[in-house]
Parts: sequence; structure tokens; C-alpha cells
Amino acid sequence: MVQIFKCRILENSRVGQNYFRMIFAAPQIARESRAGQFVHLRCTTSIDPLLRRPFSIHRMDRDKVEILYRVIGRGTAEIAKRKAGEIVDVMGPLGQGFEIPKGGEHSRAILIAGGIGVAPMVMLAEEIKKVRESKCLQCSDVTSEITESFGQRVRVLIGAKTKKELLCEKEFKKSGCEVKVATQDGSKGFKGLVTELLEQSLTTHNAPPARLADCQSLTRGSTRRTTIYACGPKEMLMKVAKITQKYNIPAQVSLEENMACGIGACYGCSVKTKNGYKLVCKDGPVFNADEIVWKDEYQPGS
Amino acid sequence: MNTNLEVNIAGIKMKNPVMCASGTFNFGEEYGKFFDLKKLGALVTKTITLKSREGNLPPRIYETPSGMLNSIGLQNPGVEMFLKEKMPFLRKIGIPVIVSVAGETLDEWTALVRELKGVRGISAIELNISCPNMKMRSGRARSTMFSQDADATFEVVRKVRKTTNFPLIVKLSPNVTDITVIAKAAQKGGADAISLINTVLGMAVNLEKRAPVLDAITGGLSGPAIKPIALRMVWEVSNAVKIPLIGMGGIMTARDALEFMLAGASAVAVGTANFINPRVIPQIIEEIKKYLVKNKISNINSLKIGTAPIL
Ligand SMILES: Cc1cc2nc3c(=O)[nH]c(=O)nc-3n(C[C@H](O)[C@H](O)[C@H](O)COP(=O)(O)OP(=O)(O)OC[C@H]3O[C@@H](n4cnc5c(N)ncnc54)[C@H](O)[C@@H]3O)c2cc1C
Ligand SMILES: Cc1cc2nc3c(=O)[nH]c(=O)nc-3n(C[C@H](O)[C@H](O)[C@H](O)COP(=O)(O)O)c2cc1C
Ligand code: FES
Repeated sequence: MVQIFKCRILENSRVGQNYFRMIFAAPQIARESRAGQFVHLRCTTSIDPLLRRPFSIHRMDRDKVEILYRVIGRGTAEIAKRKAGEIVDVMGPLGQGFEIPKGGEHSRAILIAGGIGVAPMVMLAEEIKKVRESKCLQCSDVTSEITESFGQRVRVLIGAKTKKELLCEKEFKKSGCEVKVATQDGSKGFKGLVTELLEQSLTTHNAPPARLADCQSLTRGSTRRTTIYACGPKEMLMKVAKITQKYNIPAQVSLEENMACGIGACYGCSVKTKNGYKLVCKDGPVFNADEIVWKDEYQPGS
Repeated sequence: MNTNLEVNIAGIKMKNPVMCASGTFNFGEEYGKFFDLKKLGALVTKTITLKSREGNLPPRIYETPSGMLNSIGLQNPGVEMFLKEKMPFLRKIGIPVIVSVAGETLDEWTALVRELKGVRGISAIELNISCPNMKMRSGRARSTMFSQDADATFEVVRKVRKTTNFPLIVKLSPNVTDITVIAKAAQKGGADAISLINTVLGMAVNLEKRAPVLDAITGGLSGPAIKPIALRMVWEVSNAVKIPLIGMGGIMTARDALEFMLAGASAVAVGTANFINPRVIPQIIEEIKKYLVKNKISNINSLKIGTAPIL
């Protein structure tokens, strides 16, 4: 259950030009969190900056929780100044995380991360790996072998502006994922947007839409399906939603919205969905992509 | 030493003078996970309207120096759902529950208040005539809040006064030239107490996008940034009316709360601070108690400006 903890900072170090990793001791949060959930941090003990800042849980290890963050403004700049040994005020775990579908041990997974959107994906990759290494209850096989033999490794597509801003490639590989990279300037991997890489990988590498649909109908009733998980800038998530809709693949996206309370009390973090407004902090941050009404679909006057 | 924290406002008996501010505490459930809600002096609900309201398009909030802007737009489930789904929980807490309401027309106000008639567990009604995100719809001035017009304030309070027996608290906006005129109109209309201040109108601009930050363009400023404005207005109103005041605006600590009481408030409400520390209200209550003990004040009601010991 969500609580507030005064956590000791174990590490707070730079991992890239503007990126930092903070590790703090929080046994209860580590025990209870799932990939896609987040923590709400106070930047300092002063009233300015006033509000807490939300960060996805990046990884956890028994009694430690790790966040990966980009310094973009006053709050994150303050957080980056905090030193190991100091205490940080953390509220968490918050929100609804990614849902690995039932029978997920057999299904394919494609993870798409744009920029700092890699943060929750590392924990998700680890979670999926764990599910796969568990025995399948139906066929009582160690399922990772089956999925490997089908060529169903978890595929991760990472997008970044430049090679310098590329994060977590190693971590994903360590979890046994197949990693593909897109940079906007072409300094590494595919030149272009990660969503272009997704389209490409769905049409050429994987299966053309027709065959894919075919394959899904073939396996209907069995549990082998593809699920796409995405986190990154809104424009990217919107494109992921459009692409996955075209290919009829279920997608889960992790959204961001300015937050105050983080617990569903202030109605500040609303997002438009097909079933009315929902709260990113409480009903999300992870939503089914087809549930969201994206900005370009807003009706005038609504 | 025995310290008495009890206050009585408009017939609402509270065991301490600290309540939550409307709209910052929803209907209490979320904060019940952090502390025993019984500790609250009173619970003020999120403002409810006759029909449910969707609220404004995002983004709805933005942080500013020592404060925040919001343009929630009174998203709420409407009175019917409120009574069915929220009231049972509120009733069970066992503290005074103040239901905040708002309407766009006089008929809407009275219809709404009528719905609350005889509902068990309600101690008072707060008339939110000052929400910057909801404008009045009456013949005269379509685009202002009720609380920006003394006549409209008088009219709505009088109309509602005739419709209900619940004690009435009228919540005022700071976005006026002379708040005492509005306060007097509320008193004349039959208000039992006044709460102030609602948020201060403000705006934020995004230089990179060359656009307003909030989709609604303007919003209400709250938090420590508005405390001096709120204190000044509590002081002014306390010198202008006889009915008790509930002071709010930027209260983060017991010290802030006590300053409001010295400026003339009989009770205080804590809003934005709940977002930063969900346990802030019980902490403030404890600290007030300590202050009274330390300063040998046996009754909080005797805390007045000019009562400090001569050094
Ligand atoms: C559920 C969730 C998970 C997140 N996970 C991560 C993460 O793992 N790593 C990471 O680097 N960032 C993450 N973010 C974004 C992060 O919260 C913002 O970058 C941060 O709040 C910026 O604070 P600032 O003071 O430095 O920036 P400023 O721009 O000065 O902040 C001003 C205000 O806007 C808010 N704000 C600004 N950008 C965002 C944003 N993108 N999302 C939400 N609020 C914002 C701030 O919280 C603050 O209230 C996440 C956001 C959400 C909602
Ligand atoms: C997010 C948010 C929502 C609010 N919603 C309401 C509301 O529904 N009704 C109301 O009367 N006041 C509302 N307010 C105003 C507060 O009750 C309070 O008057 C104001 O915020 C000043 O107090 P503070 O600085 O302690 O927050 C809201 C304030 C905030 C920040
Ligand atoms: S941040 Fe307050 S409701 Fe989501």
C-alpha cells in the first residue's frame, strides 16, 4: 500500500550528459512495486520547488529502489544535487503498472522506449524474463526454452536523439532481450524515429500485417500473442497507438501528465479517454493505447 | 495543563480548528490511507454540482514559485452520485462533514441544496461562489463569479438560506477590489460563517511553445505564494463582519495556521499542503497543541492579536 518513506540515498550519480541514477533504501516499496508503477519524490525540504516529482521505478533489488532521471528543470536539478547518505522523502508505490497478459510466458513482447522512457522498461524486461523463467502451468515446461526456440526473445526498440543520449542498452541485453536502436541523427543504429523502426520491424523483420493477423488467428485460443509496451514522449506514444491499431496488436503505453497529489485526490493529472477523463496517477500511468483519446482526436468544443 | 482546541463555528462543533480545504482532499478516501481522518477538525468535500462535471482539458496544473496554478474545472460526480457513493464513507468517519457546493444559476443553487435536505452526517454547507473555473450564468454578468458581485452574492446566499436549515459557510474569492463589501453582502444574505480565500487568478506561459501552459489559459494560484494576500484579506474581513471566519491560503505549518487565527480566523483550512505531505493536517494539529502548552494558553479561542506577553 502507498505510504511515505524517509529513504536513505545510497547512490546518486551521473550516467550521461543530463541523466542521473538514484538508488535509495526502501524495502517496502521494493517488495510491493510492479513495472510501470512510480514514486513521488520531494525535491528538497523547502517550499520551493513546492510539489513532488513523479519518477518511474527503474529497477529494484530486494530492499533498494532505483530511479533513472533526466535533469530538465528546477526540481530535477535539485534532486541531482542530493548526495549519498542524505534522506529523501518518497511516496510510493503509486499507480497501475504494466499488465503482462495471462499466459504471458508464451507470448511475444516488444518494448519501445523513447528517451528517458527507458526508465520503467528495464524493470518490465526483468519482470517478463521472470515470468518466462517460471514453469508454464499448462505444459509444465520451462517456458523460456520454448519461447527461445520460437525466436520469441523480448525485443526492445530504443529511440534517442543521438548516440550520446542512448540509455540502458546493456541492461536490456543482460535481461536477454534483443535490442534495436534508432537515433534521430543516425549516430547509432537506424536513422530516424523509433516508431519508424517499429513499423519496419513489424513489416519486414517480423511478419507483414496479413501474416501477422493470420498467425494470431492461428494461435487464437492458445496463448501466443504479441503485446507492445511503450514509454516515451507523447508524440511517440501517439504514433505507437496508431501503428498498433493498424496491425491490430494490443499496446500498453505509460503516460505523463503534470501532477500534484499523485494519489487521485486533486484531479490535476487527467487524461482524456474513450470512457471520460481518467487520472494518470491513479488509473495509470499505464493505459491501453486504444483507450486514449489523443490530442489530434479532440473534438472542437469538447 | 489542559489545552482546549475545541472551536464552534456556526454551530459546527469541531474538536480542533483545522480542516481540509475543498477540492484538495477529494472525499477523504485517499488521505484515509495516510492518517485516521477522525483527527480532522472537519472535512470539507470537493465542490459538487447538480450534474456531474467533466472538468477542463489538460494540462490542468502547473507549479509556480512556492505555489501552483490549477484549472481543474470542478470535475465531480454530481450530487446524486455523491450522496450514493461518497456520503456513506463520510458519515462513518464521525467528524463534522461540510459539503461544498456550486451552481451556475440561482435555480441550480437551490435545486442542489434541496438535494442535501435531511441527509444524515452533513454538518454544514459551504457555498463555493468563488471558483475561478466556473462562471455564473445569470442575465446580468455572464462571465464573472458570484463572489465578484456584491448583489449576486447577497442574492444567492439569501435564496439558499431560505432553502435549507444547514449552517451556511460562504467561500469568497480574493479576485475583487474590496473583499469587505462582498463579505458584508454574504453576512446580510444570511451566511453563518465566511471562508476565505479561494485561489488567486493567475497564468503561466510556456516560452518554448509560445503558448499558455494551461489549456484553460488562466487558473487559480494556491500555496505559500498566496499566504500574505490571504492573511491581509482575513484581517480586513474580520474587521468588517461579525460572523466567524475560516482562514486559508498557503498554510503549510502550525505557525502559518496560528498566524491566520491571529489575523482573525476562528478556524483554518489546509489545501495545497496536502499534496506535498498527506499527513500535514494531523501534524499541524499536534504542533498547535504544543504551541499552546508552551505558551500557557488554555483555550485556543483566546488567541488574539495583542495578547502576547510583554517581554
Ligand atoms: C508517471 C510518471 C513517471 C515519470 N518517470 C520519469 C522517469 O523515470 N525519469 C524521468 O527523468 N522523468 C520521469 N517523469 C517526468 C518527470 O516527472 C519530470 O521530468 C519532472 O517532474 C520535471 O521536473 P523539473 O522540476 O525538473 O522540471 P520543470 O519543467 O521545471 O517542472 C515544472 C513542473 O512541471 C512538471 N513536469 C514537467 N515535466 C513533466 C513531465 N514530463 N511529466 C510530468 N510532470 C512534468 C513538474 O513535475 C513540475 O511540477 C515521469 C513523469 C510521470 C508523470
Ligand atoms: C487543485 C485544487 C482544487 C481546488 N478545488 C476547489 C474546489 O473544488 N472548491 C473550492 O471551494 N475550492 C477549491 N480549491 C481552493 C482551495 O480550497 C483553497 O481555497 C485554496 O487552494 C487556497 O488554499 P491553499 O493555498 O492552502 O491551497 C482548490 C484548490 C486546488 C489547489
Ligand atoms: S496528481 Fe492529483 S489526481 Fe493525479
